Amino acid sequence: MKQEITLKTESQAPNIMKPITEFLKLKLGKVNFLGGFKKTGITILSILLFIGLWHLGSKALYNKEADYKVEKALTEQGQAAADAERACIESGESGCQPNTLPSPTQVWASLQSLIADHYIIKEKKDAFATKMEATNQKLIAKGKAPIVYTGRASFIDTVLTSIKTVFAGFLLALLIAVPIGIIIGLSPTLKSAFNWFIQIFKPVSPVVWYLLVFMIVKTIYIGKSSDNAFVISFISVGLCAMWATLVNTAMGVASVDKDYINVAKVLKLGTFQKVFKVILPSSLPLIFTGLRITLSVAWMVLIAIELLAQSPGLGLFVWEEFQNGANDSNSKIIVAMFVIGIIGFLLDRLMLTVQQMVSFNKNEGI
Amino acid sequence: MNTSTIKNTNTYSENGIVFPSKVMLDLKDLKKVYPTPKGDYVVLENLNLQIMKEEFVTIIGHSGCGKTTMLSMIAGLNPISGGNIAVLGNPVKGPGPDRGVIFQSPSLMPWMTALQNVLLGVNQVFPHATKAQRTDIAKYYLHKVGLDGAFHKKANELSQGMQQRVGIARAFAIKPKVLLLDEPFGMLDSLTRGELQDILIEIWNKEKITAVMITHDVDEAIFLADRVVMMTSGPKAKIGDVLNIDFERPRTRKAVLDHPDYYTYRKHLIDFLEH
Repeated sequence: MKQEITLKTESQAPNIMKPITEFLKLKLGKVNFLGGFKKTGITILSILLFIGLWHLGSKALYNKEADYKVEKALTEQGQAAADAERACIESGESGCQPNTLPSPTQVWASLQSLIADHYIIKEKKDAFATKMEATNQKLIAKGKAPIVYTGRASFIDTVLTSIKTVFAGFLLALLIAVPIGIIIGLSPTLKSAFNWFIQIFKPVSPVVWYLLVFMIVKTIYIGKSSDNAFVISFISVGLCAMWATLVNTAMGVASVDKDYINVAKVLKLGTFQKVFKVILPSSLPLIFTGLRITLSVAWMVLIAIELLAQSPGLGLFVWEEFQNGANDSNSKIIVAMFVIGIIGFLLDRLMLTVQQMVSFNKNEGI
Repeated sequence: MNTSTIKNTNTYSENGIVFPSKVMLDLKDLKKVYPTPKGDYVVLENLNLQIMKEEFVTIIGHSGCGKTTMLSMIAGLNPISGGNIAVLGNPVKGPGPDRGVIFQSPSLMPWMTALQNVLLGVNQVFPHATKAQRTDIAKYYLHKVGLDGAFHKKANELSQGMQQRVGIARAFAIKPKVLLLDEPFGMLDSLTRGELQDILIEIWNKEKITAVMITHDVDEAIFLADRVVMMTSGPKAKIGDVLNIDFERPRTRKAVLDHPDYYTYRKHLIDFLEH
């Protein structure tokens, strides 16, 4: 209250401060650079450590199983069989290798073989397409469906199928959850009407969602020969993953800053204007946080659902390799594990970028 | 309150001749009660205040005495518990663009540019104007508050002082009948506050919109106002005293500070507040 209004004469003040701020900026920049270098170094070091531990662990497991095999041969068939077994394992012959956690080198080899396999299958596909071209054109001319390649899908094809499924599911979740979330957030009445629904269905497991969708889609597609695995899996993924977006959207819409609402009231904005110019933009950061969670949940449940739906994606790949039990099956499963992880990470980064683009508060997000 | 008595407040008669009233804003027996578990808490009671057309009134009082409650009731953002508020004889029923509000925090939409923020109100008040006309209005007021270079800057990229300038432009651009200012410069440093007071009074001199402004700053209250209204401390706050400021307009800060009456006014206000 005793504050005197000082007249504005100090326009030089910022100039005095300038060298100091410049200095601080430089210093901070340097620290950041060093910090960044250190951070990358630590990351690389920890990756190497991880691979080392993995290598040692898989070696120990390998030895344990090998010893057991030799021991078994010794007790059941005698010394000669045991020696033969030991020799067979050491020779590296695929038939008698212990089937355990693969080593990093085996996984690397599997990755390369999977990529090579992709090109082989691609060649086959192309050859098939050229062979069938004339026939197919005749079929199309007659109004019949062309004959398509129905051989084994390569690993890369399964990855693409999975990505396609997850995006379809994500889009479905977005189209369902965002509008409903907005409506629920706007109206307390509808919120109480929908709340039990959300609370009950949110914790339901992906497997059960799959079964529910299967019941419905199967009947809808009854009598049609077309493959509904993709439809079932993307709908299940969408239904499993939409809850985070639904809840976040409703919360974002319901908790718009009171100041903005007051401004809207004073300006007497209509409902449409109020929703689209004030409420929605201000809740976008929360909506996108929800969408980010939805996408990562979608990717996580996708694997289980593809497995159940027999949709030719990564989930089915992993399961088939496990059932297959071939010598390199385990290392292929580990390859799939890394691919799943890396794609999940990239999807999350993608959403984070989008989230930061729409967010008016640049400090939000992690 | 029935409508016939309200109509009467909008005219006044002198020697049998009826003149249109000079009263812009009429608060009558205003009361505000907040129910609490321990019983009703009466914030305002028997508050009577008339504000004339083209008058600038500042309201001063201790924190928590109900100044903001009174202002938000005038704005229509807070329901009235008793009594009546009328703008040009029409009772206030809710918020509306005839009463522009400049909030304590700038309350700009941070995802919009300065221009879009001003246009939000202008579009609403001048729906029949062309887009170019509305943009011109918004730009004119942004120019008036000294934001020529910042039309297309996002609101969250502006400093607090610049944001409040946009707030001033937004309030004036909708051409309200009454301008309500709730400690608009309370969050600013004293340098910026002085600048914004100058800008506010410069625009106000031109537009002469009836203004009611809450402030904690005695000097600000004297410099800007035609009348300083002092409110008693709550609960049951009402008007304690009214001080007419007879400096001629347009005023300059220097002239006001040099005026012999200035310190008398200042002493009057401080005596009231320290009482």
